[in-house]
Amino acid sequence: MKNVVGRLYVLLLVASLLLAACGGTTSPAQTGGGNATQGTTPTAADAQESGNAGAGAGGAEELGKLSGRIEIDGSSTVLPISEAAAQEFQAAGANNVDVTVASSGTGGGFERFCRGETQISNASRPIKEDEMEVCKKEGVEFIELPVALDGLAVITNPETEFVECLTVEELKKLWEPAAEGKVTTWNQVRKDFPEEETALFGPGEQSGTFDYFTDEVVGEEGESRKDYTASEDDNVLVQGVSGEPNSLGYFGFAYFEQNQESLKLLGVDGGDGKCVKPSKETVNNGSYPLSRPLFIYVNKEDVEKQPALQAFVNYYLSEEFTPVVASPEVGYVELTGEQYEGIRQRFQERTTGTEIKNGEFNIEDYSGS
Amino acid sequence: MAARTDSFSSAGEFRANLPLRKWKGYIFSALGILSIVIALGTLLTLLFDVVQDGLPWLDWQFITSFDSRFAQRAGLRAALAGTLWMMALTILFALPLGVLSAVYLEEYAGDNWFTRFIQVNISNLAGVPSIVYGLLGLQIFVRLFNLNRSILAGALTMVLLVLPIIIVAAREAIRAVPSSMRDASLALGATRSQTVRHHVLPYAFPGILTGNILAASRAIGETAPVLVIGALAYVATTPTGPLSRFTVLPIQIFNWTSKPQKDFHGLAAAGIVLLLVVLLSMNSVAIYLRQRLYKRF
Repeated sequence: MKNVVGRLYVLLLVASLLLAACGGTTSPAQTGGGNATQGTTPTAADAQESGNAGAGAGGAEELGKLSGRIEIDGSSTVLPISEAAAQEFQAAGANNVDVTVASSGTGGGFERFCRGETQISNASRPIKEDEMEVCKKEGVEFIELPVALDGLAVITNPETEFVECLTVEELKKLWEPAAEGKVTTWNQVRKDFPEEETALFGPGEQSGTFDYFTDEVVGEEGESRKDYTASEDDNVLVQGVSGEPNSLGYFGFAYFEQNQESLKLLGVDGGDGKCVKPSKETVNNGSYPLSRPLFIYVNKEDVEKQPALQAFVNYYLSEEFTPVVASPEVGYVELTGEQYEGIRQRFQERTTGTEIKNGEFNIEDYSGS
Repeated sequence: MAARTDSFSSAGEFRANLPLRKWKGYIFSALGILSIVIALGTLLTLLFDVVQDGLPWLDWQFITSFDSRFAQRAGLRAALAGTLWMMALTILFALPLGVLSAVYLEEYAGDNWFTRFIQVNISNLAGVPSIVYGLLGLQIFVRLFNLNRSILAGALTMVLLVLPIIIVAAREAIRAVPSSMRDASLALGATRSQTVRHHVLPYAFPGILTGNILAASRAIGETAPVLVIGALAYVATTPTGPLSRFTVLPIQIFNWTSKPQKDFHGLAAAGIVLLLVVLLSMNSVAIYLRQRLYKRF
């Protein structure tokens, strides 16, 4: 009896020590030998399905020579883009570069980025003043690069027939903290709406979408009524809105696109009397009022030290990859070719610091010098 | 008729009233059955729903390929490997630590304020929200011990999380060992540690294993602490050692459920099925061991 248990345990212990030892001895070679075998398996498949991803680069061999580790963390909104970039980068030939992506949220990402733990930080909002202070203190210089735009969809149940369009002013009336417990029927939002109860759905306070919406609509970041159904999971919001008539909710445009049949998209009027629905075009040209830029922040010092990181960011911004941003698997709106050109130049020149002035984002500021 | 059967009706002390009492008995057992049906029914519905959604996605490719943004090609190789690594390391550390703590508390520690203080705290620790352990692990293992965001850091955090469960279960098991066994052993001249090793522990081992099953079941499904420790959302390599970066099944499932594309919700369901399979096979090994050992006593 004692022997069985004893032997089992010794066996486990030995096995684990062996594993640990193996792990220890192979780790220097990890980026080389270890990954090469693992890397090739997905490559074959990737190249097939994503078409000419590898062929177009012409630098597949160059990329193959690179090795190293790239750690990315930050916003879960930007995660699909960075994940796709990592996949395609490896598919394009960079088999020995180990790219990992985590999603601690924009704030959590910056916290790690400014400690120098990550090379790239995903962000669904620009870096904040206090975050920049931390970066400065730790001596981390960053290059701010917009990579895509995200439209925020305001949606309702398809059975809600009386509403097609809401002004930002009306949205504010509905969502501001003062509305809590008071604005509960649609006719309080606009007089000619019926006296039907509203059912509100929105992301929770931890969400970057929440920060953006409150900032844009209510005028004060983080200020919102609290008596609505909140969920960090946008799919829950989709289900809520599609299951309840006279409902209203807001979330990322990609979630509307994937659930078009059960939702009704509303237009938003920024105050000029024009009712605009979000689409690739209206988000890109800025006529839809509720669209936001998505960024990656790159550690400047690491770019100069690591050729692999430099190649990865170049790939991220390349003409080859940027259309992927708008593919249904990722679901965001890409910038124009000219804008990406400017951003590439900004990266080449290693321009550090933020271009956000008084909270205003202007894509023209990223056109290089 | 009721009046006739009542043998003590005069003083109202005892009324036999058998039919009524039997009837109450039936109601009670019916309530019991109803509770079981509700509990099991919910579980079965959930299970059926998950299996129905996930089954079309469960194939070999799903297990052998890495995550991808194309649902057709996505798999959970990295997450599966990460989970197996982490569970193995967790049990490796938690089992001896937990059992030895229990042995000390039950067999060696005297009944003083200090032991009682420890005991109260262990019970309380079992109820601490898992995210707190995550934050503790982040500060101690990731930053202070400089283990970075590795499997080892994750496993050690899990050890903290499951230790109270293992200790409490092991103590129960050790306490259930008849003291006549200890006395007999000591009477024959065995030392205390010999008694513990040769008699108490083997006898208590099945119960200890039960605690271990509970602990492993809890650890394998935990998301919050590993998220804090920094489990990855996307990684295209399997771990090569305890210091590798990693992801685990619950994280992978969580990521898939939060994607807008419906195909990924099917993948998530398939991931849940696989998580259950891993959990059940781990537990069945423990149950097999337990049964084998039971027979010896």
